[in-house]
Amino acid sequence: MFDFLWRSALGGIGVALVAGPIGCVVLWRRMVVFGAALSHSALLGVVLGLVLGIGVTAGAIIVCVAVALLFLLLARDARVSDDAVLGIVAHAALALGLVLLVFVSDVSTELLGYLFGDILAVSNADLAWIWGGGAVVLAVLAAMWRPLLAMTVHEELAAVEGVQVALLRLVFMLAVSLVTAVALKIVGALLIISLLIIPAATARRLSTTPEGMAVAATVLAVVSVLAGLGASVQWDAPASPAIVLAASILFVLGLGVDLVRQRRSAPARH
Amino acid sequence: MQHVAVPGTAVRAGAPAADALLSLRGATVSRGGERILTAVDLTVGRNETVTLVGPNGAGKTTLLRIAMGLMRPDEGTVWRCDGLRIGYVPQHFPVASTLPLTVDRLLTLSGRVPGGERRARLAEVGAAALQARAVSALSGGELRRVLLARALLREPDLLVLDEPVQGVDMAGQAELYALIARAARARGAGVLMVSHELHLVMATTDRVVCLNRHVCCEGAPDAVGKNPQYLALFGGLPDGVAVYTHHHDHVHDVSGGVVPVADTHHGHHH
Repeated sequence: MFDFLWRSALGGIGVALVAGPIGCVVLWRRMVVFGAALSHSALLGVVLGLVLGIGVTAGAIIVCVAVALLFLLLARDARVSDDAVLGIVAHAALALGLVLLVFVSDVSTELLGYLFGDILAVSNADLAWIWGGGAVVLAVLAAMWRPLLAMTVHEELAAVEGVQVALLRLVFMLAVSLVTAVALKIVGALLIISLLIIPAATARRLSTTPEGMAVAATVLAVVSVLAGLGASVQWDAPASPAIVLAASILFVLGLGVDLVRQRRSAPARH
Repeated sequence: MQHVAVPGTAVRAGAPAADALLSLRGATVSRGGERILTAVDLTVGRNETVTLVGPNGAGKTTLLRIAMGLMRPDEGTVWRCDGLRIGYVPQHFPVASTLPLTVDRLLTLSGRVPGGERRARLAEVGAAALQARAVSALSGGELRRVLLARALLREPDLLVLDEPVQGVDMAGQAELYALIARAARARGAGVLMVSHELHLVMATTDRVVCLNRHVCCEGAPDAVGKNPQYLALFGGLPDGVAVYTHHHDHVHDVSGGVVPVADTHHGHHH
């Protein structure tokens, strides 16, 4: 009975540890639309993984990376804005996934799990993907942290100072793709982006340095995962939406804390 | 690259002049079928300050980007001396409010520098009090000074400044130009900057290049100021309306406080 709970908690924590810092950079670099597009296309990866029999996670990684590369290629045309390109690519991928679905029999119930996540069904193989992929992503992120921050603050200035801007942009997009694909099982294609964005947005109010914000976002993501999981066990709530809900409640609490702090620091008015 | 052989002078391939830092020959750029720059020659040497003036859309920023290697000209050659270190202050520096960043952290983004060094550079630009402030809370003038300090931290051979006094009040502008000149002279660095106010940069500029998609005229500041091409572009002021120049016995630091000039002859009390 507790075996699967442990696995769920380990899987959720593994995703949260990566989602914290990656989500912060996604927020800073205004890549929320990119993240949302990736998570929608991840569903094509799920179907592809089932059709080709290569496994869901491998399929999702392939499709997410392909979408990221396709976006880089198409975004060179200045006549179509980036968010429009992302909308086209993501929904084309989503549509293709739904069309291909007819070739996979009795998958519709399973599909719901991939749309909204099924953290309670995390397998040992999933855990290996999450912790292995997560470790790679965190190591890469740590290695490029300073130049990535520099180009986030001002891309041309960073380029003049010798930062390989195009390379780092590509590597970071691939990192987001990997996280999206791996987190699919935990929070589902439709909710991945929320685990990236909401803890990071909450952390912004509590932080004065980029690193502090990354740590705070990670802690908030872990707390959200455990709270959501607890609610699922206690009240039989669906786990993944409960996780996102917990993250949202923390965001509102952060809003309140911020208001109180501002009220206190402001001079008393008569 | 091509050199025109002048009888009796030897031209060393690749190095336009002994103390040259960068040299452009015949730089030509088109975008969307429109010529942005036509056959522009530009050279900046050590200990030399070159100021680009010109109306909006004259291609000033494009020329700076070519000079720094951020873009290539369609035709023409660009030469930079080996290992040229550029300190760049861009015209626009929008800091995302989602990113918590202090001035001190901003100064470390281009590379690890000791804290004493950071304090010294901020003090040099009159911004010592700003070290712990959030970048997003800086005024236009404060941000200019901080960006200059950041550029100086790189121990540049060449300072490239795109409208370095934008958003600074009149009194502050003259102070900032004097500060740039002092900082460059102390390092033997070259300066390439864009400015709208020829009368303000006259005192500290060696050479003015008047640009309007091609080089209209260039030379010493007072000569360019009388050039009919320049006057046609800027509708020059009649002689009697020359900007009144006078000497201050004090300068203002970044917070507006009065700082006495070392060689002042008379006291100044507030």
